[in-house]
Amino acid sequence: MAYSKDSLTIDAEKVANQLCEVILSQIGGTLKKSGAVIGISGGIDSSVCAALCAKALGPQKVLGVMMPEKESSGDSEKLARKLGEKFGFETIKEDITRGLAGLGCYSERNEAIKQVFPEFDESWKCKIIIPTNILEKKTFNVFSLCIENSAGEKKTKRMPLSAYLQIVAASNFKQRLRMTTLYYHAEKKNWAVIGTGNKDEHEQGFFVKYGDGGADLKPIGHLFKMQVFQLAEYLGVPEDIINRTPTTDTYSSEVTQEEFFFGLDFYRMDMLWHALEQNIPAKEVAKVLDLTIEQVETGYANIKRKILATEYLRMEPLMADMQK
Amino acid sequence: MPTIDQNTARGDIKNFIIDSFMFGQKDQTFSDSDSFMEKGIVDSTGILEMTSFIEEKYEFAIEDDEMTPENLDSIDNLVQFISKKLS
Repeated sequence: MAYSKDSLTIDAEKVANQLCEVILSQIGGTLKKSGAVIGISGGIDSSVCAALCAKALGPQKVLGVMMPEKESSGDSEKLARKLGEKFGFETIKEDITRGLAGLGCYSERNEAIKQVFPEFDESWKCKIIIPTNILEKKTFNVFSLCIENSAGEKKTKRMPLSAYLQIVAASNFKQRLRMTTLYYHAEKKNWAVIGTGNKDEHEQGFFVKYGDGGADLKPIGHLFKMQVFQLAEYLGVPEDIINRTPTTDTYSSEVTQEEFFFGLDFYRMDMLWHALEQNIPAKEVAKVLDLTIEQVETGYANIKRKILATEYLRMEPLMADMQK
Repeated sequence: MPTIDQNTARGDIKNFIIDSFMFGQKDQTFSDSDSFMEKGIVDSTGILEMTSFIEEKYEFAIEDDEMTPENLDSIDNLVQFISKKLS
């Protein structure tokens, strides 16, 4: 099929039905489990996964777990409850703030932030961002720290390595504690844990190893974000979830996934990536996406760099193969 | 601010890469023009580490808009960039 603006359009009904069959067979057949536990954040990916599981297994075999902490957006819980009501599955809430505090998530992170901004305290909000003009300029995906006070004063600075590593390591407690909470509920019921990452997140490495990456199956791990949107429409995911800007729900200051990781809007990123996978000539892609050939090539290089740089996240623990 | 002898800088950077990213295994081969990212020698965290090394060793700050592959993604590019910054 020729490359066009519709290249990522799917037959959502057909894909949803196929995925329901796969979910049923993987959970019941391969994993020998009898239900699905899903962390629901009010975001589109977890909503699509929960809707698919409810359709595949029946809503009484699905448990949605909301895991807010003191820095989460209030909207997340409201939307997650709405999702459970819409698809008829049970939802429970586990506030993980005390657990995170006990692990040192906030204190260790704040100590590292103070290395960069000594004036920082808990009255400020923080986030990590990358350059978002990646098609305009060939740039490395280097992270900057951004803090903001209640008066709206913002400060941004590129981080030294030690501060960056400490902030990320401490923040990753959030995803890892969520994963252990999900496994607690799953093991209690002999159910499976559903990973909610899409292809963009899985292959470009936008997940925490043994955090949100820790799951028994990942039903939408092969789908581009643009295709997840189509499934959400077909499945009837509430509009306010579909229209919500995808965020990380990791930092106290609201940060979009574009600012934090991808550096590009989902439509152009997915279309570029699809073209890269299909070996479509840059000239043809540039015409369809209204970009220059150089911008297409810059986009290709950025995607390739992310995939390469995050390879270890997708690796299983390495075994010593003594046969070789 | 230190001046730069290009051959010394080339050697310093190569040693830094071998020590930091290859556990000192000098038999690992890569050429001065190889892209660190494409060859999988250094990832984006490694670039931050390299940046800190260059800033400390040559006593200048690398600005955000200088964090590009043209400046940092091979030994050749780095030597050229350092020479330009110190000239």
